[in-house]
Amino acid sequence: MSYFIELLINGALTGLMYSMVALGIVLIYKSSGVLNFAQGAMVMIGGYAVWLLAETGLPITLAIMLALLVMFAFGLLAERVLLRTMVGQPIIMIVMLTLGLDIFLRALGPGLLGTEPKHLDIGIGMAPLILGDVLTNRTYAVGGVIALVLIALALLFFRTRLGTKLRAVSDDHVSSWSVGISVERAVAISWGLAGLCAVAAGTMWGAVQGVDWSLTALLFPAVAVVILGGVDSILGALVAGLAVGILGSVIPGYVDSLVGGSTRDVVTSVVILLTILIRPYGMFGREDIERI
Amino acid sequence: MFYRLSGVYHTRYSATRQLWPIPADRWQIGAVAVLALAAPLYMSDLYLSSYLLPWLIFSAATLALTLLMGLAGQLHFGFGAVMAIGAYTSIHLARAGVPFELALLAAGLMAALIGCLFGAAALRVKGLYLVMATLAMQFLVDWVIVNVNAISGGAVATLQTPQVSYLFVPVASLTARYYLALLWAAIVTLLVLNIKRTSFGRALVAVRDKDFAAAVIGVNIFKYKLLAFFTSSFLGGVTGSILAFCFYQAVTPSQFNFDVTIQLVAMALVGGLGSVIGGFLGAGFVLLAPIVLLNLIARMTDAGWLNVSTTLMAHIPLMLYGAMIIGFLLFEPLGLAKIYDNARKYFLVWPFRHTQS
Repeated sequence: MSYFIELLINGALTGLMYSMVALGIVLIYKSSGVLNFAQGAMVMIGGYAVWLLAETGLPITLAIMLALLVMFAFGLLAERVLLRTMVGQPIIMIVMLTLGLDIFLRALGPGLLGTEPKHLDIGIGMAPLILGDVLTNRTYAVGGVIALVLIALALLFFRTRLGTKLRAVSDDHVSSWSVGISVERAVAISWGLAGLCAVAAGTMWGAVQGVDWSLTALLFPAVAVVILGGVDSILGALVAGLAVGILGSVIPGYVDSLVGGSTRDVVTSVVILLTILIRPYGMFGREDIERI
Repeated sequence: MFYRLSGVYHTRYSATRQLWPIPADRWQIGAVAVLALAAPLYMSDLYLSSYLLPWLIFSAATLALTLLMGLAGQLHFGFGAVMAIGAYTSIHLARAGVPFELALLAAGLMAALIGCLFGAAALRVKGLYLVMATLAMQFLVDWVIVNVNAISGGAVATLQTPQVSYLFVPVASLTARYYLALLWAAIVTLLVLNIKRTSFGRALVAVRDKDFAAAVIGVNIFKYKLLAFFTSSFLGGVTGSILAFCFYQAVTPSQFNFDVTIQLVAMALVGGLGSVIGGFLGAGFVLLAPIVLLNLIARMTDAGWLNVSTTLMAHIPLMLYGAMIIGFLLFEPLGLAKIYDNARKYFLVWPFRHTQS
């Protein structure tokens, strides 16, 4: 039983860390209807940015602050250079564009900085956290808390003036233009915010497993989270993150020894497939009505 | 110019409905066919086996994919898995002693069956969700292949292809393998070209442009979407087994993983979705451009003009590949086929700038 609870808690914490990656995808989808396949690579770049800044001798908090700025700018730049010209193109073009960006960044980071994992020390310590008879990783716990804070902030943000504009843009680009909202700026801001999420996720995941190209593989669970929760739902990212994390920890915990490993990806794939079969718009997503 | 359209007057409908109505095109096809047939005579083994052979096979795969994505508009991000199913089916059948011709057919049918299964599952959704569903399919098939020992023999195992013969010619020498790949590429090309001008092809295009609208005018969209998945997966399965038998001469799971899928989609996009000539151009470009550019950069570093570290050098092909995808989507979304078409149209009406029609 305690094994089960340990899997449950660790899964939930991992799931919250997935939500952090997924939040970036949701933010972008909510404003522009683009599913950002490069979010995994952006997480990696965020991790590299924190590591590079910390290497120069800056205290880690300052390094993270600066990295936030850098990645916000990166998000703005990505929107301006890549996405703006793609408005109105078929979905496959935009999917491939973000995949191309993902491939490019995945090669650029390790190519410039070396392939070995970069150790990121954010001052949490490696001592395990013991709650009763449950053993868990301190970094996961902190990451989970940060994910919760980020999601709360995102929910609050959409209540502000700027957030309202972003919601309007997510509803309809043309009518947003007609009431004087700058769609381009709104989309750019959402990419910047996704950059901020990427730094948070990159720092926490980097602290857990070191910063290298394997961080881009977070894209797959994050996509499952986003699909399960609904691509345009922040609350969905939280709930589905927990669900994917728990399923991806409990099921492999019992099944891996039977079939010889790596069932986590299978669980993730099955989650995606079942969601799309049963309820394509996810748990909290909005169902689109299509007209001819 | 030899290409001129002026002076070509079709007086029968059958003449305008030919595959290549303009004589210059027919000359071109003839020249390409002769060059391709004679390739083993004038090409060194290295070029034949490591450039031309994969180019042909990947062109066939791209054509199969472009039939689904470009003509029928069904996005598919699991084509590597489809090819893997074909490759593994044929290799197990061939090992069991089934004639290679039948094994190829079975490979296609098996891939089509499983591809249809996933296609049917994904038919409720389209666009982005279809991408996700097929992506999940890719990972599921990958996992099954890696983890079921009866299929792959283990995650890192390599299955050598057995000695087979196709139409009584043993598929062993480079020349034989090349001609088999050429034959298959030619079959797929002719098939896709002809599908484009049948009612089947037109129904697919209607489904692509707007499936509800197609349903309103009486196209059974469920049937045609499923048929598109079936045809494309069949071709993909056979191509997968041709790839295994003619090019790699062995099968490992990593030959058909997600990266290969992305590569195939990139080929279809870079070439131009739905275009046959684009399939060939795109496959060639995606396969060869990184190699050529890498050689160029290597030359420049050797000459001392650039200073590139070895880790960066190792990552440059991937970077170029990503940058290439981005560049094409930004600057020529219709792909190489459009560039070719522009040049061709220019020459067609040559002394003039436009035609009247």
